[in-house]
Amino acid sequence: MSKATIAVIDYGMGNLHSVASALEHVAPNHDIVVSSEVEVIANAERIIFPGVGAMRDCMAEIKRLNFHRLVPELIASGKPVLGICVGMQALMTHSEENGGVEAINQLPGEVKFFGEHLTENGERLKVPHMGWNTVSQTADHPIWHGIEDNAHFYFVHSYYAKSEKKDLVIGSCQYGLEFDVVLAKDNLAAVQFHPEKSHSNGLQLLKNFSQWNTGA
Amino acid sequence: MALAKRIIPCLDVENGRVVKGVQFVDIRDAGDPVEVSKRYNEQGADEITFLDITATHEGRDTTVHTVEKIASEVFIPLTVGGGIRTVDDIRTMLNAGADKVSINSAAIFNPDFVKEAADRFGSQCIVVAIDAKCVSAEGEPKRWEIFTHGGRKPTGIDAVEWAKKMTAFGAGEILLTSMDQDGMKNGFDLNVTSAISEAVHVPVIASGGVGNLQHLVDGVKLGKADAVLAASIFHFGEYSVPEAKQYMRDQGVEVRL
Repeated sequence: MSKATIAVIDYGMGNLHSVASALEHVAPNHDIVVSSEVEVIANAERIIFPGVGAMRDCMAEIKRLNFHRLVPELIASGKPVLGICVGMQALMTHSEENGGVEAINQLPGEVKFFGEHLTENGERLKVPHMGWNTVSQTADHPIWHGIEDNAHFYFVHSYYAKSEKKDLVIGSCQYGLEFDVVLAKDNLAAVQFHPEKSHSNGLQLLKNFSQWNTGA
Repeated sequence: MALAKRIIPCLDVENGRVVKGVQFVDIRDAGDPVEVSKRYNEQGADEITFLDITATHEGRDTTVHTVEKIASEVFIPLTVGGGIRTVDDIRTMLNAGADKVSINSAAIFNPDFVKEAADRFGSQCIVVAIDAKCVSAEGEPKRWEIFTHGGRKPTGIDAVEWAKKMTAFGAGEILLTSMDQDGMKNGFDLNVTSAISEAVHVPVIASGGVGNLQHLVDGVKLGKADAVLAASIFHFGEYSVPEAKQYMRDQGVEVRL
């Protein structure tokens, strides 16, 4: 019998090598495929929806490859889906980046700019929010298994997500303001940080995703 | 809790070997950048910078393979610099698994290259490296100029203005090396570091001159750096990354332990 597959959706934006190698590391019982082919992605047991770069460019490629239809279908099918970074932002309703971009609207909420005058305790903060910050686990969830509350994860982003529905927020972070960094709804989870670059905490999260039983 | 200040060990690599030498790896693996990176990863380094100083074309292929190998075994951010001159160079390194590329002299010869790179790949992966040297006479207000060719060739470009221009062009981070301090082990040039860190809105990595752990603290507290980069204090086993982090935390610097 062939192994179950985790598909990493490739729409030409960013370094998917790291996501794939991190998954190979933590999910040896799965085949990891990086693909832009609808059929390959649709046949996978689990799906990763990554992304880096500008929102406008990401959404343009997502639409060109018809992923704005595929991804909601995958989510509706009940398979575990994980959005990462801009992948998370693309799952929201709308982003104010690039003068305003409509997103896939699977997680109701806005993606907003940190602004160039962000401060904390009177100290000016740099944007992008780049580096290791702590994530407060605001609700229990299988992807938090074995990860301590307020563990560090690696971030790099200038825009942040704000969910309309508080009950979907399972992780939050503080950088000048509080924002949502992990959202979860049924079989869908989305993270703003890069688990594939977050050392043991990130690897544990990916491992949890590979074992997440969503009842599908 | 706040964003942690990053500690970044730097590997100077030539033809697939770490050239400054590394004391802590055993003889078998001495100078193997993959082994060295893995060790720093295990020690809790926040990031790794890989500086390729290979001159030949064949050597560059080795670099790509080395980067691939590191990226498949080390799950922290990896920046690759040295010889990044074209959009293709960037694509090659990102495809090999680098998270960021560091652009140095190519930005000086063609500043628009930074713009093109940021447009194509996003600011988050474009680091501009600045080699600065103090050029003001004693008693004058401090002024720093960009130098190329390992600090030998002046360019006439003011370092602070250059940093502002590069971030306006899309650089997502500045890697600032003081050519006066590099290799001296007297600490960072805190004046140029704070001048640039205050002038730009993106993170600044301080580099050049670290000889002890207090230098790292000073780089953050006095130099206002967002990250500190060092090579020899870690390579030669004088200090480990956890020791550095504990020391910084004891001095009130937010670190990831």
